[in-house]
Amino acid sequence: MQSKEPVGEKKRGQKRLGTPARPIIRSLVWLRRFSQVFFFGLFMYFLFQTAFRGSFAAKADTAVRLPLPVEAFLLADPFVAAMTVLSTHTVYRGLLWSLGILALTLVFGRVFCGWLCPFGTLHHFFAWLLPSKRGRGGVRVEANKTHGYQRAKYYLMYAFLLAAVGGSAIGGMFDPICVAVRSIGLGVIPAAQYVTGRGLGFAQNVPVGAVQRGADHTQDFLARTIWQSRQFYFHQTWLIVFLLIAVLFANRIIPRFWCRVLCPLGAFLGVLARFALFGMEKAHAKCTDCNLCLVNCQGADSPQGGVKWRQDECHMCMNCEGACPEDVIKFRLLPNRKSALVTPDVDRRTTLAAVGAGAAFLPAVRVADALDVNYHSKVIRPPGAVEERAFLERCIRCAECMKVCPNNALHPSLLEAGIEGIWSPILIARVGYCEHSCVLCGQVCPTGAIQKITEKEKTGIGMAPVKIGTAFYDHGRCLPWSMGTPCIVCEEFCPTSPKAIWVEEVMAPMREAKFGADGTEPAMKLVKLQRPHVDPSLCIGCGACEKVCPVQDQPAVYVTSVGETRSKTNVILLENTSYTTSR
Amino acid sequence: MLAASAVLGRALRDRGGFGVAQSGATRQVRDYRIATASQELAELAIARPRPDDQEPPTPDTLVRRAVDAMGGMQRFVSRGDVVVIKPNIGWDRMPVHAANTNPDVVAAVIKLVFDAGAKRVVVADGSCNDPNRCFQRSGIWRAAYNLGAEVVLPQEHRFRNMRLKGDVLDEWPIFTTLVEADKVINVPIAKHHNLAKYTAAMKNWYGVLGGRRNRLHQNIDTSIADLATFMRPSLVIVDAIRVLMRNGPQGGNMDDAKDKHTILATVDQVAADAYGCTLIGQHRDNLPYLKMGHERGLGTMYWETLRVKEV
Repeated sequence: MQSKEPVGEKKRGQKRLGTPARPIIRSLVWLRRFSQVFFFGLFMYFLFQTAFRGSFAAKADTAVRLPLPVEAFLLADPFVAAMTVLSTHTVYRGLLWSLGILALTLVFGRVFCGWLCPFGTLHHFFAWLLPSKRGRGGVRVEANKTHGYQRAKYYLMYAFLLAAVGGSAIGGMFDPICVAVRSIGLGVIPAAQYVTGRGLGFAQNVPVGAVQRGADHTQDFLARTIWQSRQFYFHQTWLIVFLLIAVLFANRIIPRFWCRVLCPLGAFLGVLARFALFGMEKAHAKCTDCNLCLVNCQGADSPQGGVKWRQDECHMCMNCEGACPEDVIKFRLLPNRKSALVTPDVDRRTTLAAVGAGAAFLPAVRVADALDVNYHSKVIRPPGAVEERAFLERCIRCAECMKVCPNNALHPSLLEAGIEGIWSPILIARVGYCEHSCVLCGQVCPTGAIQKITEKEKTGIGMAPVKIGTAFYDHGRCLPWSMGTPCIVCEEFCPTSPKAIWVEEVMAPMREAKFGADGTEPAMKLVKLQRPHVDPSLCIGCGACEKVCPVQDQPAVYVTSVGETRSKTNVILLENTSYTTSR
Repeated sequence: MLAASAVLGRALRDRGGFGVAQSGATRQVRDYRIATASQELAELAIARPRPDDQEPPTPDTLVRRAVDAMGGMQRFVSRGDVVVIKPNIGWDRMPVHAANTNPDVVAAVIKLVFDAGAKRVVVADGSCNDPNRCFQRSGIWRAAYNLGAEVVLPQEHRFRNMRLKGDVLDEWPIFTTLVEADKVINVPIAKHHNLAKYTAAMKNWYGVLGGRRNRLHQNIDTSIADLATFMRPSLVIVDAIRVLMRNGPQGGNMDDAKDKHTILATVDQVAADAYGCTLIGQHRDNLPYLKMGHERGLGTMYWETLRVKEV
């Protein structure tokens, strides 16, 4: 993944000038590349596996769960752990894995950024692929020197941590793993499926049996490995994809723009890197200012002679020592710190301002009406979601729940849940309903915003079921209610037993189809109809009725969030209003 | 050059307008019925526990008894055939809920079909709930896989538009896997249905349709008759081992279903449902789709006029 073309006229394959790098460094550089490819591949594999595709091997009563810890990268993310610890004062289950990355950073510095982070690898790749003509040679060396704008990520990180103290995990918007899962899972993969589906759909219409079978088998294979057997769509996902393309494109101007300027996880690890036992020593006197170290510097951490190395910015990629022809740069355990700066070069006033902004975030967005007084009826949270305030303390918008949902029911909200709830999951029943006995969203949620409930708890065997909303009829649009036409598909799909939708049999007046010969009104007749009603004490708000209602554009039955189990205020029925017991 | 561009222009010219719909000439039929019939063999076989059975026979035994009374599977399946088996795998329910065809019944049919010399056996259905869950939790995926049958889930690309030219069903996406075979065996489960009252064999063909099936309920009886006109299976085996008595078609509560230990085998879909509805206390006169099927000549709703064998 390295550009082989350093400054000057040196051609590919020409013998290297000066002292060769130590063998250990050369092998470490290769080991790093291998590690980057491996972890990026693992990340993508887990993302592809964030889907339930069924199994021929499972018995009928085998509980439906994913076999792999597909959310592992998020569990190992110390910034996610730090935010949720600050907002909830607890560590949720698997987030203890992030201690591993923390420990690694305390020994080796920001190796996560240079060796493990899949989003970092993506930027590494694009920074190598995309430099403009003007971004080579001297310009590239200049771009890879340390710049003041690199401080921005620290300010962002402090602001997000303070927002977490206030009770919002909004920082997940910028966490690199969350960004990667969200933008690839909700944008890149569905788009690739769409394009492939169009292409193979064309092949399926070619009147040659072999071509059709080939296209079918390709579709089968892709549906069982990369995506699912139907096209998924996500609410307003264009913005998520646009931002991904923007940060990838930024590599053209500032290499690894995301990692150097924006990444709050990188900043968090950069702060911790000061304690690292491993680091760089420089012999300034030997430096000839050839700047070869800067050509492929990933962190823009001043590896060159004459200035101090910036440990907090360094990704430990080892490219600089590999490139140095004069034996100036040495990475070693317990280095002397004479030529290194270990703490971020941030401006104290700006830091305070960022902290203040983070602290002010929550009151600023909460006096907007979205949460306390004008809660949006369409903010239907996944089953097992905790109460809305606690939910916002935990939800990092990683989109794992949306990716895993088998019915494409969960979507990133845009402004429905307020600016504070941007990209948090909501159920859009018109696209997909909540599958009655499915609990996968809770299984993959890394922070407990959606709890890991069982099928028994969700469907309410021996206890009250988990309700996520309540269904309502729009009589003016309903076929049996206003058009004298039989229907009740909603009742058929209602998954509870006894059904929450019940029907009343009526004989209703309806006019005959034919007008009289001279334009007189048609005769009247009586038709037998089953008119549906909702029993709000049985309705769980899954949205199956809304999904299957044949009134296509705006359904005659729809679900809103009222009556959800997790809330004691968003209620209809008296018996649900309990201020003393939870659930 | 000029001629070529004239040809190209003629070929690409869009005349605008809505165009004229093709006139509905004849109904489309997928007829997999077998021609041979013998005067001794049953036309409707009903397998249920015999008085001398100590305990209810297994689904496998009941299926064998019923199919034997019909002349054995060799009568319906020839050596080298590709056979499609169409159970009901509509809902994310377990066998105990009796919303999908019993996996033991499907397994018994697969065994018989392979024993009769079939080259390939394909099990498929177009589910209502998430197909992955339906196929897994119905137990049918595992049962079919263990016997070496192919299981095809209703993936989007498996559907192609077809003109059925029925009374209410004209052009619909059709699950191609179900209509590309030498023989097709319909293996529905008998159950209660709140709108159609009782459904099994004829309604089972909803599974061949893709697209927005929710519109069909406005005229459910005619659409059932249209589908039964389109699909004429080689054999019908109705699973009434455990029958959903209420809350149909999806049930969800074990108490909604009742053990009946019955298997019906027949070549007449109308008779299968006309007899089957008595299992949940319904009567053929209450089911308009039976009358429609009868009048269209798909079969007889007066099942007692057939050669009926109880085994």
